[in-house]
Amino acid sequence: MSEKLLEVKNLKTSFRIKDDYYAAVDDVSLSVNKNEVLAIVGESGCGKSALAFSIMGLHNRAKIEGNILFKDQDIANLSISNLNKLRGKNMGMIFQDPLTALNPLMEIGDQIGEALLLHNKDLSKTKRKEKVIDLLNKVGIPRPEHVYEQFPHELSGGMRQRVVIATAIANEPELLIADEPTTALDVTIQSQILDLIKELKDDMDAGIILITHDLGVVAEMADRVAVMYAGQIVEIADVHTLFEKPLHPYTRSLFNSVPNTAQAKSKLHVIQGIVPSLQNLPREGCRFSARIPWIDASAHEEHPELHEVSSGHFVRCTCYKHFDFPEGSSKEEQHHGIS
Amino acid sequence: MAFLEVEDLKVHFPIKGGIFGRTVGHVKAVDGVSFSLEKGKTYGLVGESGSGKTTTGRAIIGLNKITSGKVMFDGRDITGMKSKSDVRKDIQMIFQDPYSSLNAKKRVIDIVAEPLRNFEKLSKKEERIRVQELMELVGLSPESILKYPHEFSGGQRQRIGIARAIALKPKLIIADEPVSALDVSVQAQVLNFMQDIQEELDLTYLFIGHDLGVIKHMCDNIGIMYKGRYVEEGTTEEIFTNPQHIYTKRLVAAIPDIDPKKRQEQTQFRQEVKAEYEQSYNDYFDDEGLAYQLQPVSDTHLVALPEKG
Repeated sequence: MSEKLLEVKNLKTSFRIKDDYYAAVDDVSLSVNKNEVLAIVGESGCGKSALAFSIMGLHNRAKIEGNILFKDQDIANLSISNLNKLRGKNMGMIFQDPLTALNPLMEIGDQIGEALLLHNKDLSKTKRKEKVIDLLNKVGIPRPEHVYEQFPHELSGGMRQRVVIATAIANEPELLIADEPTTALDVTIQSQILDLIKELKDDMDAGIILITHDLGVVAEMADRVAVMYAGQIVEIADVHTLFEKPLHPYTRSLFNSVPNTAQAKSKLHVIQGIVPSLQNLPREGCRFSARIPWIDASAHEEHPELHEVSSGHFVRCTCYKHFDFPEGSSKEEQHHGIS
Repeated sequence: MAFLEVEDLKVHFPIKGGIFGRTVGHVKAVDGVSFSLEKGKTYGLVGESGSGKTTTGRAIIGLNKITSGKVMFDGRDITGMKSKSDVRKDIQMIFQDPYSSLNAKKRVIDIVAEPLRNFEKLSKKEERIRVQELMELVGLSPESILKYPHEFSGGQRQRIGIARAIALKPKLIIADEPVSALDVSVQAQVLNFMQDIQEELDLTYLFIGHDLGVIKHMCDNIGIMYKGRYVEEGTTEEIFTNPQHIYTKRLVAAIPDIDPKKRQEQTQFRQEVKAEYEQSYNDYFDDEGLAYQLQPVSDTHLVALPEKG
């Protein structure tokens, strides 16, 4: 049994809109082990980024309920000064857009150096520079001495993302949260960055939470996958099980709407309706039921729970047992028959 | 004669420098691009950011000034056409970001009717009926024409953008990354819809994109651009199953495989391609790191290779 690094229990993150609180992350429980990549998949507004930000304690205005256990210490409502001892040291974060994540007025070397300085005040200036150049080397930046003195705008998108990663891993964190780390990048750069994250995982034995909407990235990177819809996890399983035998209607619909797997020019599956906004989220019953109206209401549970269908494979609600795509929509077989 | 023919298109942007803002050099965004497009087909223009694919599309429709070269549309030379010439009606554009391409302060009716107001003199009532018809065509309720863009979701907004593009019954639509900003399920909606109206209205698409999965799904022919030049052109089948240029090979290899069982295989394949790329870089690119002229491999398949001998 591998060592448990992070355990999130019944996490609920609510934002205040006017006078009411609305939960963007609603009763999410999950865990990450050392040297494991947990991918969190979902579309915009499903709460996957809110979940990541909650773990890092970056939502200081939100109401956070439940437990976030990092190495058995509850960090859910830790004070900022205590959080700052962990953040950047034990936990690192890679942000989606490297241009906004970096300070445009600060030299690359100083930005990475700052992360080191914050957690080790005694580090001398020369030692620090040495270490930063080491880090730049590690993330595959050519001519690190030169880049050390450059500003973010002088670097390409891929290089900037490497700098963000170098900052995140400066103190060799045990947990790394990557929020859509390659969404802003071209596909060849993407594969380089993903390789880099894989290498770092093995080098540092770190646990990684990878947030993405790209199922191809999940297939390449993840050990386990959690699928989120409307603030909840609807399905969680190891990557092979999930890709071979997705059960929840939402997971199956997602797979069917990706053009990559479909035969060219065929119709893609369209999920009916739209993702409900935070205020209009159905709080009772199966949250996905409105998107699959042809499924009889009796198929859904009144209070949908996660059911363990096989070891480690959990599915929310019972509606998956009765689910099938409507006649005339693209058939699943053709997508999964590609191997 | 092809429906759209682009011949040796060049778009160079001046670099201003010095205290007097003199031109000190040029960025060769598009540097000698030629291709042709058959009626009713979808042609994919692929490349990474900065490859010049968007500039090519914008130059064809007249949003970027053409430095040299020729654009022939339906047998007419439209290079540097006047902004209100009739050809403008026949070519329309769908933009990448449905959030910034719609004026937030205008109602949907004003957004969709704008091309109509430019080219057709309709009474208020006729205009309203036309806009309502268009809304129905793109699957939005005709009553919603008085709403503002922020009242719609991303996919709905992109359909408003499409309604505007098809308002004048164009023959060619240049779609510049029309689904890049959208979620997969919404993306599926827009792609399906684009295929439907292509049949219904006999449209020809120039589809600009970087997502090879989407390109493969939509296109009949594909051109791959790198640093303002073509590196390869062929049918979708040829590009994906038999890529010849090392750059194309690398691009195809970089697409994440959706089957987690093939992870090992894929990593190995990618390493092989990377090694080949580094080894044979000089065989495929000239001293400046640019692609050579295209040489035919078969009737439809062209690859940028140095001339033999």
